[in-house]
Amino acid sequence: MSWIDLQKAMAAEAYIASDDLAVALHLAITLGRPILLEGAAGVGKTEVAKVLAATQSARLIRLQCYEGLDAAQAIYEWNYQRQLLSIRAAAEDGQTGREIEDRIFSEEFLLERPLLAAIRQPDPPVLLIDEIDRADEEFEAYLLEVLSDFQVTVPELGTIRATTKPIVVLTANGTRDLSDALRRRCLYTHIGYPSMEAELSILHARCPGVEARLARQIVGFVQALRGEELEKVPGVAEMLDFAAALMGLGIADLTSDPTLLHATLKTLLKTQEDQAGITHEVTARLAGRAA
Amino acid sequence: MSRVTRFAGRDPGPAARVAGFIGHLRANGLSLGVAETQLALEALTHVDAADHHEARRALKAVCSGCKDDAEQFDALFDSFWMDAGRVKQRQAPKAAKGSDAVHSNREVQGQDAASGAGSATAPDGGQGDADQDGEGKLVAVETRNLSRKDLRDLVRPEDVAQAEDVARRMGAALRDRRSRRRAASQKGSSLHFRRIIRQSLSTGGEPIRLIRRTRPDRTRNIVALCDVSGSMNVYAQVFLSFLGGLMRADPKSDAYLFHTRLVRITEALRDKDLMRGIGRMSLMADGFGGGSKIGGCLDQFSRSYAKTHVDGRTVVLILSDGFDTGPADQFASAVERIRKRGARIIWLNPLKGWRDYEPIAEGMAAALPHLDLFAAANTLGDLAALEPELVRL
Repeated sequence: MSWIDLQKAMAAEAYIASDDLAVALHLAITLGRPILLEGAAGVGKTEVAKVLAATQSARLIRLQCYEGLDAAQAIYEWNYQRQLLSIRAAAEDGQTGREIEDRIFSEEFLLERPLLAAIRQPDPPVLLIDEIDRADEEFEAYLLEVLSDFQVTVPELGTIRATTKPIVVLTANGTRDLSDALRRRCLYTHIGYPSMEAELSILHARCPGVEARLARQIVGFVQALRGEELEKVPGVAEMLDFAAALMGLGIADLTSDPTLLHATLKTLLKTQEDQAGITHEVTARLAGRAA
Repeated sequence: MSRVTRFAGRDPGPAARVAGFIGHLRANGLSLGVAETQLALEALTHVDAADHHEARRALKAVCSGCKDDAEQFDALFDSFWMDAGRVKQRQAPKAAKGSDAVHSNREVQGQDAASGAGSATAPDGGQGDADQDGEGKLVAVETRNLSRKDLRDLVRPEDVAQAEDVARRMGAALRDRRSRRRAASQKGSSLHFRRIIRQSLSTGGEPIRLIRRTRPDRTRNIVALCDVSGSMNVYAQVFLSFLGGLMRADPKSDAYLFHTRLVRITEALRDKDLMRGIGRMSLMADGFGGGSKIGGCLDQFSRSYAKTHVDGRTVVLILSDGFDTGPADQFASAVERIRKRGARIIWLNPLKGWRDYEPIAEGMAAALPHLDLFAAANTLGDLAALEPELVRL
């Protein structure tokens, strides 16, 4: 399977990948390397992993990162309740300490969390580590072992090696700088806002019902809006919401009803300052330019 | 249309060429090791390497590590593979090779030139030098000299050693932000099951000693921005020593200089040889002692470095007199934007120590509501005296 086949397979799943992204994903799969995707919010980073899983008919395992995430929630945890019960039962049977210890620190008592689950699947899954930059630096260090050797070390049990290598997709949007060690282990692609043509094909793929003329207007409008001074620039996801809103309201032409158009901007502008900044006049001007 | 590079006949083959290319990238500041060369070769076997578009994309995915690298990559690829064998020299040589973390921002050079190099824009808040009463000095005369002055004449190693001590104490005073991660402790709110079970083995499964988990305090990072425009000349010695000390005392802190443009000096100040570091800094800080564009510089900071270096665990320390030649609202909105990242902002204004000082400079007044602490500081002693204030912050 070449990268062009991958690009086509992703297009069939309604994801329009740029050539850069398709080559990088193809390499990630063939070389067995994790891939780090960076870009602004709403350009479809998370979606890449979902679509990739669909094209490979693989299971998607997702780890959402947050500040304070630790190994117990990401890799594994012991099943303490069962361990407690088991110790009590064993003591009544008169087992020695050594026997009990061997028993309660066996795989039977190990709870899998996403990272451990991902390396113990019978078929290679897609592992999505979403918003890695939200997790603390300490967590990145845990991740290095998993990503470079695909193994997990449990002090009481030893090292668990991967039965299959998962396809690892990491996403980040610059909440903080990632360590060089992590970057070096990954292939890298920066996903920017799509070009006019690419965004049109995305719109057609995701909302097949939208008319060609309206589609051009929508994409033109959103692209022009991105040029304005905004705090939160609308991404592709917002553009699709906007298109859905317009279709739901039965608008066939952006310039036909300026008031209604302005009301639908709620789908694109997500902060109060932005909504105040884009006045009726600006909306009308942008819509006029897009038409 | 660019042509593909023609290599000499004695060229040892594609592997060596790729190794040469990685060397070329490395020379241009990308951090790549031997493993990347191997990976790059392997990657090329999985695409149609004869098609230069495919080869470019494959190598880009392997060799770039961040957005800056990715943006730079195409030009570097072209200069090596597409330029008829001539390897283009980069027009802007780096101040120091291998220190790719030093970003001197070239983009603002236009502004710099526009302001007139070395012109003494004495930021006097429109009050005029005539109001001067002989007590304080607003030096504007020396500026042209100083812009060529070596900063090594200003900063002495003794001062830095003393400043290091002050900086360490300040860092300790700021150390009160709770972590969201947990660690085992004697007293705490939630139980640490893993330890409890482990220990209960020795008591026949009876969890007698309960171990708890607590949220440990984690250090705050200090990001210092120091104004070195003409009006701040007299204080430069103190503040530069302080920055030098801060960088040495706290490996997570970050420092910037600004006048009409913003320069990151963190790496230079961490140089093992202090005087060499300050020498490096003088190279970066040309325009030292000139006019000031605080608003513009803070705005640039809030849009670039702040995104990666400022978060909820950061204290932003601004050392400036607040005399700005730019628009006041830009100034205030920049401070507000930094504030929105969750950081605490401390403004140390040397003029505040003067009797009857009022923050009349327009920008300063506009920024005031966004500051957590607005205090005076002229000497290292003043900085040290801030400690109790910082604890309360």
